[in-house]
Amino acid sequence: MIINGVQIDETFAEAFNMRGTRVIITAQNLKWAYHAANAMTGFATSVIGCGVEAGIEREMTEDETPDGRPGVSILMFAMGSKVLMQQLETRMGQCILTCPTAAAFSGIDSDEKINLGKNLRFFGDGFQTSKLISAKRYWRVPVMDGEFLCEETTGMVRAIGGGNFLILATSQPAALAAAEAAITAMKKIPNVIMPFPGGVVRSGSKVGSKYKTMFASTNDAFCPTLKGATNTELSPEIESVMEIVIDGIGFDDIAESMRVGIQAICDLGEASGVKRISAGNYGGKLGPHHFKLHEIMTSKST
Amino acid sequence: MTELTFTLKQPLTHSLDCAQLTPDFLKGLSISQIGAIKLSNQLVSELFEITGDDAENIVFKNSSQFFDNVGKNMTLGSITLEGDAGAYLGFGLKNGTIHCNGNAQAFAACNMVSGLLKIDGNTGDFLGGASSGLRKGMRGGTVIIKGNAGDRVGDQMRRGLILIEGNVGNYCASRMIAGTIGVLGNVGEYACFNMKRGTLLLAKRPKLHATIQDCGTHTLPFLNLMFKSFKPFNTQFSNIETKRVQRFVGDAVCSGNGEILLISHSS
Repeated sequence: MIINGVQIDETFAEAFNMRGTRVIITAQNLKWAYHAANAMTGFATSVIGCGVEAGIEREMTEDETPDGRPGVSILMFAMGSKVLMQQLETRMGQCILTCPTAAAFSGIDSDEKINLGKNLRFFGDGFQTSKLISAKRYWRVPVMDGEFLCEETTGMVRAIGGGNFLILATSQPAALAAAEAAITAMKKIPNVIMPFPGGVVRSGSKVGSKYKTMFASTNDAFCPTLKGATNTELSPEIESVMEIVIDGIGFDDIAESMRVGIQAICDLGEASGVKRISAGNYGGKLGPHHFKLHEIMTSKST
Repeated sequence: MTELTFTLKQPLTHSLDCAQLTPDFLKGLSISQIGAIKLSNQLVSELFEITGDDAENIVFKNSSQFFDNVGKNMTLGSITLEGDAGAYLGFGLKNGTIHCNGNAQAFAACNMVSGLLKIDGNTGDFLGGASSGLRKGMRGGTVIIKGNAGDRVGDQMRRGLILIEGNVGNYCASRMIAGTIGVLGNVGEYACFNMKRGTLLLAKRPKLHATIQDCGTHTLPFLNLMFKSFKPFNTQFSNIETKRVQRFVGDAVCSGNGEILLISHSS
């Protein structure tokens, strides 16, 4: 398949099951909501080393947030519920409780609940108070700037991690510019995050390594400087490859974000330096969710 | 289907225990079966003219202050009183809606668990309190009073919301364990006496006893949430917009962590 001069490989991105949650962070203004959210989603690019993958989903207006202040919603994903709970509590305590004027609320309904402020309340040393409002429990913890307000729990849902596609270009600036265009388009899609820095990852990995202690290592087949030294996937004119990884609540959410991202790159045309779009898979051994690029690009917008 | 309507034939001179006239008891019964029910040794058919067939929506016409225990332990449906109600209106209410167009006597919403109780007039003492021998009062639900309430509003209240547009008597929120009481009118003496936790939201500052401590004036974001939750009840509380309140904490005599939030009119 070729779209506007850009080749779309007949391959699929392989994704796996995760557990996910959404938290709404509000503050006096968007600046401080972002400070809190950026801290909470920092060092959360990959479960390989961070425990969770997290990112800012979107901004929220005063009308959309529970407490009528500006805010942002963040999504957080982990390989299991226990890790997700631990990471959420730790990050809430260190990043939201500490951030001036910030408050946190559940952003997703589910029968399965995980703690948001349930244990953080003990920071109040007995001065904390709870309020049950419209069947939801909130905790008010006295802090030096006033009160830290936090909903007791948030929902936890089944989610999918590891959706991805690869951008193969004739230069590093061309690959990065295309990735930025894709991320701009993909950020408009709800229920997904791209957890890597700026949404882009340059160090795509393969499963396993020659070193026994490493269970993932550089994806040498897509490393342009190894074209002559390994079983390469790259043609001679490709000098740089960027990957965009997507975690999402549902299969359709990830598929739609991949579609708009790839389309945004294709809209740049062949002259942009982008030659091919491919995807990372492990022969179907890693996860049950397969995002087939040709099917995605021929589907209509959902 | 039309509402099941009980129209009182003759004015009462004595208390009438109406505990059996709830949707829970009457659902599925015919009018003749309902008429055969005995209330205080009198047949329902002798006391009321009965019309309609929707037992989940009950209406009392010409109701009076002698109608005790209306909506007792109700779990579904609605009851409307076109007139006054006696004592223990909504006693142990577990779900559904009770609306009294007139006044209600003491112990309204006593032991209430959930649901909505609305009184357009005044009500007596121990609104939302506990029945004799119990150590917890109202445990959930919402009570809206358009008029005034008597003494001991929310005594030993454990959870839930009481909004009173008028005045209340002495010992408001006494021995309160948790929950929220809002009063727009005047509040009598000894508010929050022995209060442990919970919130008393006031529009006018009452005379406070020495063990209620002033914590200063603050802007509290959680008030946004609380005021938003008041909107569906169509009360004057829905018009409150300020998030700035003077906060008092107490009752210190029992190491209480309850609070009075006095709405700041200067903001």
